Amino acid sequence: MTALIEIRGVAKTYVRGKQKVEVLHNVGIDIAAGDFLALMGPSGSGKTTLLNLIGGLDTPSAGSITVGGQRIDQLGSGALARWRASHVGFVFQFYNLLPMLSAQKNVELPLLLTRLSAAQRRKNASIALQLVGLADRANHKPGELSGGQQQRVAIARAIVSDPALLVCDEPTGDLDRQSADEVLSLLRQLNREHGKTIVLVTHDPKAAEFATHTLHLDKGELVEPTVTAH
Amino acid sequence: MKYLHLVWAALLRRKTRTVFTLLSVVAAFLLFGMLDTVRAAFNAGDQLAGSGRLIVSSKLSIIEPLPLSQLTRIQAVSGVKEVAYANWFGGTYQDPKNFFPNLAVSANYLHVYRDRFALPAAQRKAFADTRDGAVVGAALARHYGWRLGQQVPLIGSIFPRRDGSNTWSFQIVGIFKAKNPKLKAIEQTFLFHWKYFNEGNAYTRNQVGWYIVKVADPAQSDHIAQAIDRLSQNSGHETKTETTHAFQLAFAKQIGDIGLIVGGIMAAVFFTLLLLTGNTMAQAVRERIPELAVLKTVGFSNRAVLLLVLAESELLVVVGGVLGLGLAALSLPAVNAAAGGQIVLPPVGVTTWVMGITLMLAVGLVVGALPAMRGMRLNIVDALAGR
Repeated sequence: MTALIEIRGVAKTYVRGKQKVEVLHNVGIDIAAGDFLALMGPSGSGKTTLLNLIGGLDTPSAGSITVGGQRIDQLGSGALARWRASHVGFVFQFYNLLPMLSAQKNVELPLLLTRLSAAQRRKNASIALQLVGLADRANHKPGELSGGQQQRVAIARAIVSDPALLVCDEPTGDLDRQSADEVLSLLRQLNREHGKTIVLVTHDPKAAEFATHTLHLDKGELVEPTVTAH
Repeated sequence: MKYLHLVWAALLRRKTRTVFTLLSVVAAFLLFGMLDTVRAAFNAGDQLAGSGRLIVSSKLSIIEPLPLSQLTRIQAVSGVKEVAYANWFGGTYQDPKNFFPNLAVSANYLHVYRDRFALPAAQRKAFADTRDGAVVGAALARHYGWRLGQQVPLIGSIFPRRDGSNTWSFQIVGIFKAKNPKLKAIEQTFLFHWKYFNEGNAYTRNQVGWYIVKVADPAQSDHIAQAIDRLSQNSGHETKTETTHAFQLAFAKQIGDIGLIVGGIMAAVFFTLLLLTGNTMAQAVRERIPELAVLKTVGFSNRAVLLLVLAESELLVVVGGVLGLGLAALSLPAVNAAAGGQIVLPPVGVTTWVMGITLMLAVGLVVGALPAMRGMRLNIVDALAGR
């Protein structure tokens, strides 16, 4: 399979006060198109940092990250924002929906950056909500939805612009088991039926079981053996 | 326009706070609308009419009288078409609180100001024929319920009568209206014969407060003014000749520099508004850091976030400002009515609206700038991590 994401010799160093903290050292991974990869590891191992680099939310201190043939580590902030808008969908632990907007308007958010008409934006958002099973909750605000429903709205927002890549940071960390399983099943469905490449950061081994591969990170490095197939 | 719902949503996130901030903006612009209208009213007058009239008054002070003997000399200056004169009387009606402009005027005063006063010909003639006759503005007559033919006593607080009494009796022989609605304030005026005043008062004889000079060619006004002032050069009654507008401004400045007073009040109001709204905006953006980070995450650029926050502050101030100025426009007629004609303020003018909208945009920009910069510089990773 062709690698959608190629990570070569990536390091990330943060400056906290007067201290330099090296969070990732010399990380190298290939993630194939259509893969569902779980990144696991203890707190502080660098999972979220790596996910942020893959999603173009941050840039590496060293090394290269190529996604779909494009070196995203070389993009400026404006170009990176445009790249994120069209290539990546994000799902976070705490959903990060805008509380004043309805589910429909939250899902439409990434489409505001496109040239689609208002009617087309509404239509696409409705399809995304239908896909996550929340078509009947389109006019509800996040505060009127359960945690599992909010996370499904967040997934609808992540897929509405049809990106090839979904990056998910502990998407079930705030959910009960049943809701977590529903969300993970939905992600698996998006991976299997819609060909989305998914990178999932999780502490939960049960969540990792939904992925096709698991990588372990510890102290900023990949731990051997690097790949666990499910 | 497609981002408008985002801006509204941000404003409505804390409804109570937004409403109170909006009210403070409304109050500031209501005050601005009214005070600027007062300032405009003081600056009005013949600037609007462009009438080619000059006012000759004492160089020393506006309250220093000039001798009537200067009349013929001024009339003889080349380019002078007609000369009238007037004296400030300063009388009150029944009670010292019932104060309004009352002037002793020459017989041709109404003719020189014929573009201002709308008075029926019969009443004009009655005024000319009646020694103690007075013509009064319609607003003033309405306020005190005066009718034609009525005897009205004024208390001369500056000028007592020769017999020692302060009470001057006048017969209302005419009620005039302002020909130009922008000069509605003249309907507060009470005019009577200078001759009656000159003969009856105990203090002055053959002295006038100021001359009104109608020139044949307004373009020659400067030249004529200099010529008039040269007549009295090095005499005990040196004159200062200026346009009617400049004279009115100088007259109004006896109360105080209205522009400076209004400017001072407005500066204090807007300074407070900047602090208040600026603090609200800063707080609103601080609370929404994770939401702004989400916008950036899904692809909004730094510039887009900057513009969204700026749009939010602009919208808040512009909505509040337009409401405030609108309220000022609506309440001015009520103020005029409540004052019973004692104050006649013009409607909120185009200049006030233009200045107001410019101020709104400037205030919105200033109060939104720092929070918008903060939103623009936001680091997504730190913001999402709550750092």
